[in-house]
Amino acid sequence: MGTTRESGEAYLDWAASTPMRAEAVEAMVAAAHAGFGNPTGAHHAARVARRIVDDARDQVADALGAAPSEVIFCGSGTEADNLAIFGARRPGDHVACSAVEHHGVLHPVEHLDGTVIGVDAQGQLNLEQLAAICDDQLAVVSVMAANNETGVIQPLEPIRAVLDEHAPQALLHTDAVQAFPWLDVATHAAAADLITISGHKFGGPKGVGALVVRSGATLTPQVLGGGQEFEMRSGTHNVAGIAALGVAVAAMAAERHAVVGRVAALRDRLVRGVRAIVPDVIESAIDPVGGQQAFARPITKVAGSAHLCFPGIESEALLFLLERAGIYASAASSCASGAQDPSHVLAAMGYPRELAAGSLRLSLGYGSTDGDVDRALAVIPDAVLQLRAAAA
Amino acid sequence: MQVMVAMSGGVDSSVAAALMIEAGHEVVGVTMKLWGGPSDKGCCSVSDVLDARRAADLIGVDHHVFNFGEDFERDVIAPYVADHAAGRTPNPCIECNRSIKFARLLERADALGFDAVVTGHHARLVRAADGTRRIARAVDMAKDQSYVLHMLPAADLERVEFPIGTLEKTEVRQMAADLGMRVANKPDSQDVCFIASTTSRDEFLGKRTALTPASVVDADGTEVGRVEAVEMITIGQRKGLGLAGGSPARYVNDVDVEGQRVTIGTRADLLTDAVTLDKMVWIGDALGEGLVAQTSAHGRVRPATVVGDQVIWQSPQQRVAPGQTVVLYDGDVVVGGGIAVRSAS
Repeated sequence: MGTTRESGEAYLDWAASTPMRAEAVEAMVAAAHAGFGNPTGAHHAARVARRIVDDARDQVADALGAAPSEVIFCGSGTEADNLAIFGARRPGDHVACSAVEHHGVLHPVEHLDGTVIGVDAQGQLNLEQLAAICDDQLAVVSVMAANNETGVIQPLEPIRAVLDEHAPQALLHTDAVQAFPWLDVATHAAAADLITISGHKFGGPKGVGALVVRSGATLTPQVLGGGQEFEMRSGTHNVAGIAALGVAVAAMAAERHAVVGRVAALRDRLVRGVRAIVPDVIESAIDPVGGQQAFARPITKVAGSAHLCFPGIESEALLFLLERAGIYASAASSCASGAQDPSHVLAAMGYPRELAAGSLRLSLGYGSTDGDVDRALAVIPDAVLQLRAAAA
Repeated sequence: MQVMVAMSGGVDSSVAAALMIEAGHEVVGVTMKLWGGPSDKGCCSVSDVLDARRAADLIGVDHHVFNFGEDFERDVIAPYVADHAAGRTPNPCIECNRSIKFARLLERADALGFDAVVTGHHARLVRAADGTRRIARAVDMAKDQSYVLHMLPAADLERVEFPIGTLEKTEVRQMAADLGMRVANKPDSQDVCFIASTTSRDEFLGKRTALTPASVVDADGTEVGRVEAVEMITIGQRKGLGLAGGSPARYVNDVDVEGQRVTIGTRADLLTDAVTLDKMVWIGDALGEGLVAQTSAHGRVRPATVVGDQVIWQSPQQRVAPGQTVVLYDGDVVVGGGIAVRSAS
């Protein structure tokens, strides 16, 4: 960074990425040294590397409620998503996903001219629409476990039930990249055939993801070569990255219960604090917008997510001020240039364009502190008021 | 001052940022993402953002990307298409400077507490007799961009800086090289940034507006050729009119979109004594005598007198295509301008 933030910093972008856990870094360095051999080889050096990969595979399998042979290591969550969609589809089949998916799912589905199924104002999948597109040619439906922008949790059993009734052959994929730090994915995604996670969202490294492929589900490989990952994904294993992923997965699963309770309290204090000074703030999927009635059902969000919309504010300007004051957050997803793109998630939930343009995603993680919330509350409401004053 | 430097990823704006630091200002670099469609050049591609970001890294300033894509679509692309559809020949760079690079960015910079917006335009800022600022020609006349900046309101000029305007382009490139910037030898941007070289202007417009065939007629109304898209025809054009070969050179004299008719004539028929302007602005007081006028981005200047909304040439000049901007200078200093309207042929 070019300038120093004298009055402190608060990292509130854990949904984008997280600092690596110390034990994951240690495992990564140790594996880089000891596990230099090619895991597919037949000698001692290879066996050492193979053991590291398979230990991590056990850790991932345990945390996701899968068998070790059902875990496919990939180069990222996005690669795992792509494998799930492209790999599940056979010629003549069709694919579908929800309208609020991460681009790692949405773009493959659009590329295959698949169906994008709508959601309601709380981000929940329209099950009638799903039923309507079900036939015996439906290969895969992808619905994320927890949304990367809003933090909204999507129960998967009702989706499974629709598929069982109308398209029993269809695979259910869930992108659990955002869910894993907060939910017991083994339970939450028990109904899914394919599950994606990504290492860097919970203290693991970037560039490592995993796809659970339940036995019985077969995928066409998308990266061809040596067939290292059960013939479903080729490429020499990223041994050090996989080692660190395994350690991070195990650590997250072990401490999840305590983290969720602690961080939910921080998140609630953060939202209350902002609302006290900016009373017209909208918390997405919780506060009705645009003349909607109060929601009949309360929605569940992951504990770390505070997704807010400030009427009359431009996210980009707000993020700029926050960054200058040492608060690191984001709005919707960023494009390749680093510019903020308008949120397709809020659009799908029926948010008016102007309101969506004022969104702010504050995301907390296992390392978030009271100090982070204090710092955020010292900066964010003032920044909103400054921008409103400038616009007036 | 706290300044926001609009960094396109080109050599001029990169050096502009470095010069502002050298002058002791607090600098933040901003790249505006304006165009999401296909383009292999201009100011909007991801590789240009990389160039801007790396220049910012090199000189040690924070770099941000602002997405003004929707503003660009509304304020630049839509009027560009509408102008063509009406048979005018627009200059989208001027509209982009007016509505995006200055109005929108200045508004953003204001809201964020910045004192000024800095760009890498080749133009100078000078003080008029009344103490307010005016835009003047760049030192490097071959790169001068005062023409595309003429419409900036005097009040805005107090909040902008053009540090490159006092330098020759060769000096700018040398400075970039001395600073170790990779963009030191990057080619200058040219043409319309949102139309990629792999697509044509016709193709771009064809997707956004109906293109109408028209007849090409000579002065007495006899059809002598046909064109596919009257919206693409501009005054002074002599090619692509479907004329029989071997005839003496003929030039487009008038474009009538509604009547689906393009009138051609000799070079002499193109000459006119005056051009009428729409949306006329004066930066300071309205002037009349002793001015020169420029009718295209790198065109020559011609002596003229202004009466009302009429620019009266000292000697007859080629007709100005409707939609083109006419900029008025008092010597080197921009004093005003406007948009040429269609005149009866």
